[in-house]
Amino acid sequence: MAHSAALSSEQYNYDIVKKFAIASIIWGILGMTAGVYIASELAWPFLNFDIAQITFGRLRPLHTSGVIFGFGGNALFATSYYVVQRTCQTRLAGGTFWPNFTFWGWNASILIAGLLYLQGFTQAREYAEPVWFIDLAIAVVWVVYFLIFTVTLVKRNQPHIYVANWFYMSFILATALLHIFNNLAVPISLTSPVSYSLFSGAQDAMTQWWYGHNAVGFFLTAAFLGMMYYFVPKQAGRPVYSYRLSIIHFWALSFMYMWVGTHHLHWTAIPDWTSTLAAAFSIMLLMPSWGGMINGIMTLSGAWDKLRTDPIMMFMITALSFYGMSTFEGPMMSLKSVNALSHYTDWTVGHVHSGALGWVAMITFASFYHMIPRLWNTTLYSMQLVYTHFFLATIGTILYITALWVSGIGQGLMLRAFDEYGNLAYTFVETVAFMHGPLVARAVGGLFFLSGMLLMAFNIYMTIARAKQESTVPATAAAKA
Amino acid sequence: MFKHESIETNSGMLIVLTLVAISIGGLVEIVPLHYINETVEDVKDPVTGLDAVRPYTPLEQRGRDIYTREGCYLCHSQMIRPFRDEDLRYGHYSLAAESKYDHPFQWGSKRTGPDLARVGGKYSNEWQVQHLTAPRSVVPESIMPNYPWLQTTNLDMSDLRDRMVALKRVGVPYSLTTVEYEANVKKFGESVAKTLDINRAEDNLMAQARAGNYDGNPANVSEMDALVAYLQVLGTMVDFKKFDEDYFIQFR
Repeated sequence: MAHSAALSSEQYNYDIVKKFAIASIIWGILGMTAGVYIASELAWPFLNFDIAQITFGRLRPLHTSGVIFGFGGNALFATSYYVVQRTCQTRLAGGTFWPNFTFWGWNASILIAGLLYLQGFTQAREYAEPVWFIDLAIAVVWVVYFLIFTVTLVKRNQPHIYVANWFYMSFILATALLHIFNNLAVPISLTSPVSYSLFSGAQDAMTQWWYGHNAVGFFLTAAFLGMMYYFVPKQAGRPVYSYRLSIIHFWALSFMYMWVGTHHLHWTAIPDWTSTLAAAFSIMLLMPSWGGMINGIMTLSGAWDKLRTDPIMMFMITALSFYGMSTFEGPMMSLKSVNALSHYTDWTVGHVHSGALGWVAMITFASFYHMIPRLWNTTLYSMQLVYTHFFLATIGTILYITALWVSGIGQGLMLRAFDEYGNLAYTFVETVAFMHGPLVARAVGGLFFLSGMLLMAFNIYMTIARAKQESTVPATAAAKA
Repeated sequence: MFKHESIETNSGMLIVLTLVAISIGGLVEIVPLHYINETVEDVKDPVTGLDAVRPYTPLEQRGRDIYTREGCYLCHSQMIRPFRDEDLRYGHYSLAAESKYDHPFQWGSKRTGPDLARVGGKYSNEWQVQHLTAPRSVVPESIMPNYPWLQTTNLDMSDLRDRMVALKRVGVPYSLTTVEYEANVKKFGESVAKTLDINRAEDNLMAQARAGNYDGNPANVSEMDALVAYLQVLGTMVDFKKFDEDYFIQFR
């Protein structure tokens, strides 16, 4: 055991995986704390404290960038570097320098972008808020990432490219495409962070939501499916349920996702045909999405007993269930008639979080609980804490999305209600007053989820600390003997 | 007979075919919108024949910069949909033309607060200032943050020219040369063309702030002046009374 581990740490570059994993956990805490704080600002507006830097409008991009690019991005770097090495049975390309370049480049970019948000420097495009020079830096980091990943694939010691790597590859390619085209802008000068977008109005909206939805589709879905395709079979000790299904749903997912962004613009000032096309593809997208879910869940076939005993497995099955649930809810909300009610309300925010907390974060937690002990050649400090984390995360997610169903559907119904004379039944601010209760519940749900994250950080810290202790003890014991 | 194995064993093939798969959707849905002219309606005043929608004046554009800086788009949309309740609450549904000079667009995705696409002229300047400084003093149930620093911060005008030149570069018809100015006179009329002249931007900004006295303090030009000037122009450029009720349906 010790022998093979020592060998694999020479064979593989685990150092970079460790760095990204730790960064992911740190960003997770920061990003989710910002999330709980802005959720609380909506429930109790005095929390804005008249301080420009922490008002909702400036802090919200810090939350989204922190969790998507900080927590999610670092988790994807970590697991993709781990998976590509393990499945290709070769060391990561680029020596030690280039992987480290992606680590520092990525994290410095998000950190600087975040600090600039607080100072009011933003492109004012959702999920693409970083200013122009940060976008350039991210593009460079991303090209290096692509090269490291591709060269590693090319020098693999396995004839086949494992399915998880297809998903990571499509995520890397799509993210590059989206990032470049959505961030086309002209800076006002080379010394100012301010820029104006190349496109305007309707075309700009189309480009932004093509980006916005596929940030979800490729960054938060395809890539995390890559994670799922490696870690679920590993943890279950079973092969992937259907190889054929993985082929079909990979190509269908990659092709169809790019068509659906326009469902964020139903009933707006864009040509109706784009909207209809997006709705049709959104419905079709249910099939590849569920293909992935079914393939993941059925991989557990024959290992169902582990669901009772293994909290990591519980995270995985719950993540897949939330993935299935939110990829059903999404197509439903992309129907024009449903969207007429749901759009602009908290229902959308709740939907995003059933994917982001339920699927993305939970599959990441499971993967980390599986991977981190292996990286440090040890076992988890406490399985009991993983178990507790699982319940905090699940309760938090359910509380969160239920609260926003109430808030979103409630507001949607109130806004379209008429009285007996055909006048509007409610003023806008009456709907705001109505939302107070659900918004409080949502903040509490977020707090649950954040507590789980903190518990995980503690558990991982203790795991690594113990591993370091262990690695020194046998040496002294051997010396005494 | 093609076998999927040939993709699984060739990383070059995998990359190329994936790129093909992910490119088609955007090519079909987005690229044509840059070439189909009806995507953005041509809205001309039926009487004068001039363009109804004009670029923002320097003061309004600086107000818009503050709107984006503070992240207003995260809680307010600027896109009215063609529904009865939205028509009653906010007014005529938004036209693509009304945001043709918006870099970036600010249609938004969430209404934590009401839509602002036609907020211009709905409230007095005094109300806007009071509401932005302390929203709950006029709307007790509001959950909007206070923005007291807008009133006390002088508007930065040092990069005004750079900003307008950059906007010109991305397609907003601000003028630098006499030829461009004359073109604007033809397109928008003389009084509007004057406000789009980059060479006169700072004077125009000061003049509008003085004349409008948006923040109630004529002594200086504050960020509040700019933001309120922007809010007051939102949705006011197209006068829907001048058009047949169903005129705009043909463009959707």
